[in-house]
Amino acid sequence: MLRRRVIPCLDVANGRVVKGTRFVDLVDEGDPAELAERYARDGADEIVFLDISAAPEGRATLLDVVTRTAQRSFVPLTVGGGVRTPREFRDVLRAGADKVSLNTAAVADPTLVTRCAQRFGRQAVVVAIDARRREGGTAGWDVLVRGGRDLTGLEAVAWAERVVALGAGELLVTSMDRDGTRSGYDTELLAAITARVDVPVIASGGASGPDDFVAAVRDGGADAVLAASIFHRRIHSVADVKAAMAEAGLPVRLPRADSNAA
Amino acid sequence: MSASVVGTDGGPTGQDPAGARGRGLRVAVVDYGAGNLVSIAQGLRAIGAEPTIATGARALDTADALIVPGVGAAAPAMRRLAKAGLVAPIRDWIAAGRPFLGICLGLQLLFETSDEDGAEMLGVVPGRVSLVPEAPTLPHIGWNQVELSRPHPLFTGIPSGADLYFVHSYAGVPSGARAEDVTLARTTHGGTFVSAVADGATLGVQFHPERSGTDGLRVLANFVALAADGDGAGVPVGAGAGAV
Repeated sequence: MLRRRVIPCLDVANGRVVKGTRFVDLVDEGDPAELAERYARDGADEIVFLDISAAPEGRATLLDVVTRTAQRSFVPLTVGGGVRTPREFRDVLRAGADKVSLNTAAVADPTLVTRCAQRFGRQAVVVAIDARRREGGTAGWDVLVRGGRDLTGLEAVAWAERVVALGAGELLVTSMDRDGTRSGYDTELLAAITARVDVPVIASGGASGPDDFVAAVRDGGADAVLAASIFHRRIHSVADVKAAMAEAGLPVRLPRADSNAA
Repeated sequence: MSASVVGTDGGPTGQDPAGARGRGLRVAVVDYGAGNLVSIAQGLRAIGAEPTIATGARALDTADALIVPGVGAAAPAMRRLAKAGLVAPIRDWIAAGRPFLGICLGLQLLFETSDEDGAEMLGVVPGRVSLVPEAPTLPHIGWNQVELSRPHPLFTGIPSGADLYFVHSYAGVPSGARAEDVTLARTTHGGTFVSAVADGATLGVQFHPERSGTDGLRVLANFVALAADGDGAGVPVGAGAGAV
């Protein structure tokens, strides 16, 4: 049976892991390759790098980070942030990533999803959806881009269905209402999307503890659960989270007795 | 090599005789623009082998073993292999019973045709490539159990049922009289599919050993050790040229 994945997310700016409230008050939290290796040892099923460098030279640095990480940790890598063309997509794959996440550029030009899926296979194409619950009695969730700054007019569940039809092989769904709040994943948003698509969905935004991971899978139908600060700050370890998920009866990959399952 | 690499001598996995046997073995990894070579090359270095990136047939001349990786669709992959002049050399390599490992799409290319796009492939294993049956989600992405049909040196040190990492939607379906013989492992995601094949020195895995942590590196080390032993253990009598 396919295991539910636990995925630490590393926000990377200019070659360092940073964490702030999204784009402000960035705090340096270490070397990405080193942190990724620590997480891999701790049982991370996959690592996500999110490039939040503002400057173009940040991209070259990110590719170097990806390669250095791929040289040390033999777990899957997904890279997102700022990829706008199939060529940039290819560069990230060649640096050592397995999957590339598209967000703002996919909204600006949805054909990018199809072109990348045709060229690299849909299994390599992740579409990241930043969603915020609509207010004033309107049902659904707004899709935001540019790191949550701009409204698109798109509704998140409809957008999810559309990008899957266009060729997305996986969705990374972040609740902007919950991101950074430690109030749990938006399981209603996740459930609304997982009911409508048959590709794997990664839950993101709002983790405070192991129970939230369990809820994202059990109530939200997520295939994988992503978190950043609770791991970076060592509030919970990946191993703790997976132990709690196993305890709740969810299928997770645990180290074998005779092996350090990196 | 970084001292932090897992699975090498004295590493967290403990003894690893396979890696020692394959030390210095020259492994050609075919680059036809369909996949991530960084991690395969790095995985091979981590277990002591010497990877070279093969963009054409000449690189095969000096190789002891051959790996065809790859992700994505079969038809464009076959077109790129053909453009690089690699289709016939790869077929010849396999026909000679030399050590071969197909990874993910590289395994699928061993079959005859693909349901995905009707591609005509290498055709060295009878059968077709089809969507994973009855899958609740596709692509099949993540760690899943590889259940061995029989013991095989490719899985030395890895118990049946170990979790290995998959990223794919299609899988090979062996057919014909030897279908059971070539099926080395199966995995279940909704329905069950063939996740490893072995036909003499011709080996293929649907999962990504280069992304599957310590156990994945063991698979690479076992492959390299088999190649170093000269004939890929398990070659039917008289089937392989045993060329190394």
